[in-house]
Amino acid sequence: MEKNLINLTIDDQKVTVPEGTTILNAAKQVGIDIPTLCFLKDINEVGDCRMCIVEVEGRRGFATSCIQTVEEGMVVHTHTPNVLEARHVILDLIISNHAKDCLTCTRSGNCELQALATKFNVLNVEFPGEMTKHKIDDLSPSIVRDFNKCILCRRCVAACKNVQQIGAIDCINRGFESCISTFGDNSLNDVNCTFCGQCIEACPTGALHEKETINDVWVKLKDPDAYVIVQTAPAVRVALGEEFGMPIGTNVKGKMITALKRLGFDKVFDTNTGADFTIMEEATEFIERFKENDNLPMITSCSPGWVKFIEMNYPELLPHLSSCKSPHQMFGAICKTYFAEKQNIDPKKIYMVSVMPCIAKKFESKRPEMENDGLRNVDNVITTRELARMIKQANIEFEKLEDSQFDDPMEEATGAGAIFGTTGGVMEAALRTAQDILSGKDLEKIDFKQVRNSKGIKRATVNIAGKDLNVVIASGLANARKILEEIKEGKADYQFVEIMACPGGCIMGGGQPIKSSKIRSELDIRKLRSNALYTIDEKSVIRKSHENPTLQKIYKEYLGKPGGHLAHKLLHSAKGDGLFWHDYKNK
Amino acid sequence: MKTLQELHKIREEKRKELELRVNTKTDTREKHILVCHGTGCTSSKSPQILENFKKIIKEKNIQNVRVIKTGCFGLCAKGPIVIIRPEDTFYANCTPEDCEEIIQSHIIEGKIVERLLAKDIDGSKVKSLDELSFYKKQMRIALKNCGIINPENIDEYIAFDGYRALERVLKEMFPEEVIDIIKKSGLRGRGGAGFPTGKKWELTRQSDGIQKYVVCNADEGDPGAFMDRSILEGDPHSVLEAMAIAGYSIGANKGFIYVRAEYPIAVQRLKIAIKQAEDYGILGKNIFDTDFCFDIEIRLGAGAFVCGEETALLESIEGKRGQPRVKPPYPAQSGLWGKPTLINNVETYANITQIILKGAEWFSSIGTENSKGTKVFALGGNVNNIGLVEVPMGTTLREIVYDIGGGIPNGRDFKAAQTGGPSGGCIPKEHLDTPIDYESLKTIGSMMGSGGLIVMDDTKCMVSLAKFYLQFTVSESCGKCTPCRIGTKRMLEILEKLCSGEGEELDIYKLEKLAVNIQKSSICGLGQSAPNPVISTLKYFRDEFRQHAIAKECRALECKAMAKIAIDPEKCKGCGLCQKHCPVNAISGEGREKRTIDQEKCIKCGTCLASCPFHAIGN
Repeated sequence: MEKNLINLTIDDQKVTVPEGTTILNAAKQVGIDIPTLCFLKDINEVGDCRMCIVEVEGRRGFATSCIQTVEEGMVVHTHTPNVLEARHVILDLIISNHAKDCLTCTRSGNCELQALATKFNVLNVEFPGEMTKHKIDDLSPSIVRDFNKCILCRRCVAACKNVQQIGAIDCINRGFESCISTFGDNSLNDVNCTFCGQCIEACPTGALHEKETINDVWVKLKDPDAYVIVQTAPAVRVALGEEFGMPIGTNVKGKMITALKRLGFDKVFDTNTGADFTIMEEATEFIERFKENDNLPMITSCSPGWVKFIEMNYPELLPHLSSCKSPHQMFGAICKTYFAEKQNIDPKKIYMVSVMPCIAKKFESKRPEMENDGLRNVDNVITTRELARMIKQANIEFEKLEDSQFDDPMEEATGAGAIFGTTGGVMEAALRTAQDILSGKDLEKIDFKQVRNSKGIKRATVNIAGKDLNVVIASGLANARKILEEIKEGKADYQFVEIMACPGGCIMGGGQPIKSSKIRSELDIRKLRSNALYTIDEKSVIRKSHENPTLQKIYKEYLGKPGGHLAHKLLHSAKGDGLFWHDYKNK
Repeated sequence: MKTLQELHKIREEKRKELELRVNTKTDTREKHILVCHGTGCTSSKSPQILENFKKIIKEKNIQNVRVIKTGCFGLCAKGPIVIIRPEDTFYANCTPEDCEEIIQSHIIEGKIVERLLAKDIDGSKVKSLDELSFYKKQMRIALKNCGIINPENIDEYIAFDGYRALERVLKEMFPEEVIDIIKKSGLRGRGGAGFPTGKKWELTRQSDGIQKYVVCNADEGDPGAFMDRSILEGDPHSVLEAMAIAGYSIGANKGFIYVRAEYPIAVQRLKIAIKQAEDYGILGKNIFDTDFCFDIEIRLGAGAFVCGEETALLESIEGKRGQPRVKPPYPAQSGLWGKPTLINNVETYANITQIILKGAEWFSSIGTENSKGTKVFALGGNVNNIGLVEVPMGTTLREIVYDIGGGIPNGRDFKAAQTGGPSGGCIPKEHLDTPIDYESLKTIGSMMGSGGLIVMDDTKCMVSLAKFYLQFTVSESCGKCTPCRIGTKRMLEILEKLCSGEGEELDIYKLEKLAVNIQKSSICGLGQSAPNPVISTLKYFRDEFRQHAIAKECRALECKAMAKIAIDPEKCKGCGLCQKHCPVNAISGEGREKRTIDQEKCIKCGTCLASCPFHAIGN
């Protein structure tokens, strides 16, 4: 149904917008950017902070422009002296209870509060007073919470409670004592947090950030005894450029590789190759399970936030999970075995660094089962943001770098590996391989566009090798929960499920560049980054994982058959056996 | 289940039986001993008084005497209250030990127990309730059954026209007609803002939606206010009946009463009342053989003041953290679980049945032009008759404080009255003759609020008073929006500075700037009205703020940190009483010498001030 159009005036500009549009969005139409702080499009539209207040003629008090909708003939003023004074007071009050240590804050320069303070030229705090004091929680391997910087916008709460439906954090206490905390005021490490990191992406200030581990990398890079290998996830290359001012969705793979080489890594490899391994193993596992109708639907296991989620919330459904390790863990295992053997390097000296769009992978790399023969598969996980910091600290002018290629002997990766970084990508990659294996042919049908849209849950029936296969793709844990409930209730009529913890997949992971509320309102970041991945796939010569020559060589020379004994030892974990996170912690 | 015929029969028979409760001339040999069971009297052992009466009556085998628990009579300062009907003898401050004497003397020998009679303001003993000046200017509509019926007995409620309004509405009226009567009556919301009740009902009726709700806001939270509690404790059925009428009018079949868990007696009586109404078929399916169905559930609040704000209350009923929603949309459009919801407070509902039975014209003939009917106030503070009063709108503050309240104790002067609790403001002496209604209170910088009325004498410091209310708001802010969460805290900090002698003139301007901006930019009524106590005290007592800030003195001597207590040698007669009372031996002087205070030793406790018969001690 067509929506009625509403005419109104904002700061003397006439504007016509559909009924139901907020004053904030109507103002955008005529180039008026009303300041906001707690507002985060589609996620937190509550009007808590009061920065967005405007005057509406004939109305008592101010209107909350981020949630209140337009009315016919409305006359709005966004910067009257009254509004400006109130906004100044509000901003002053927020700053009065904020740790003003911008120089030592990870978000300095990318802080929405700082930007507002600059815009309103806050030179001193007019209403200083007592500040709430909070202990910093840095016990988890993934997230650091410093609530002395929290401004109680509750964007993190909305991301956790509404988007992900986890509810690990919420507001406790009242009034001035209000703060965001967990059940029982415990560390995030001890509650139902999945470490997806969507809270970090939502935070306008430095109250939430990843646990930084780049110092260990610097030390290893200078250690002559260490053989330091780095691998980069598919989603990193389409987001890293943003940290250097490039447009969202720019593929900076070549520059990234050059930068990593300049940083001094002994080898720069591509996690996409790891993804190809995952597809080989996962597709093989699926075909086996499909033939024997063993614990179907099978669910993917490459998103560690998702794995922690099912372990904590649906342990009874763990047998549905694929036993595959995630791509970077598989690749780490290959590097410390096959590669070490080939290159004649003592695997004990190899220090494996993964650059990931994800902070749950920091946690994953510390899981007990992620090792072989006493060696950790991956030694350190850093995020896209941390890599950008390393590049800057190494005084590299990223924009000016030439392109380079990934190192031998594992430089080849397929388009299938690339699309792992977006929701639906793992499914599509797996289907490409599964259909060829099942049919025994090299089929030309490559694109499964029915799994490529932006919906949180995508259902499709695909015909592979003459058989109809029902598949479901879910991204975001709220959607994952819906699928698991269906499986639990016995309503699931599908065979293969892809789940990623972050809404939109790894490209929108908790380790990716943080975008302001304004950018998130104006641009479809998910689409821009995922388009870049699909372009990489399209331009790839090889687009099916099982056709990756490196892979074929390694299976032939070293691993044997996909799903075989050695492959199982190195590339699969015990996750599917019903052990879950609490058990590991108690060990 | 009772048929309508059975209900009529109960009404007829019970009414005859209870005639002596309202008519002193009733020709009967029966006597009813009414024992107040409001919260105040209950905590002063009125249940034990009731038990003692019953025991003695049984022991002495006395016939024709019944002991009844009732709701609040209003004059709480004189509790526990015992009233004997039909003669209407008013015994004040009774103890369980007095029961024997009352029975022996009053009941058996027919002699009034003089020593227990209530004293009026002029010191004269009054024999009956109606003689007390406290009641003379009052008019009881919302409280009409309080103190007359046993709130735990539905038959007694039915006897006094109970559920007759509901019957009339269901059997004889269309919903629009009911709304029309309420609109014409001019009834406005008694919870604070004074929104026209009929208009609210109409808006909720007009909202689209099959499922609608009726909510009763019984989350009375203003410090010192107990109007709603007394109604629920004394006459719970009147609220249930009104909610059912509201449900019929707006098209709702479900009601919720949101009442604070700190009101255990009210909650208990509501539970009993709901059960009784359900047993009689007055709540539930097909009420009075019509299509109308209506259920009422109780939801307990955990004592957050903000949950008295209607949208925060709705959030709380939904099981969420009690935080307000941004309005619009109003509850009438999108309330409980997003459905159109009518929300009125207890006292508003308590007026409904009377309006239906006696008509809109009757109701609108009471009060002022824009504020109709009566208002219940919880009168407290420095006033002789502390208690619950119901007066017609337009009664002046002077009448309430002096005629009903009996003036200020200890011969002190009136300084100000606070209405509207932490959301309201102070009314100074010069406005004592303002007729109390919604508009006039607003004009002088206060508000009706839910009906708390606290009187202050000239020993009160207005800066401290503002600080007290800000302390309350700061601890009751939900923390959702910035201005209320941080702004009120900053205001309190400035007030604390002023009261401790560390303030400066600039602080007064800062207070004003914060106050104005918090008022305008907070999400809900709590934040929007939180600065009112400061704004109104600044308006009328700015000099006191300046004295605190600039001269560092608190003339009321309440701000101990800067009090310098000295003895005026002109007035001192050398009696030595102050010296005798001083707990730290800071006062020196012998015999008839004029006394002096050693400022080093003085702890500013103020004991000497109170002890000086010549008012010689002060700043």
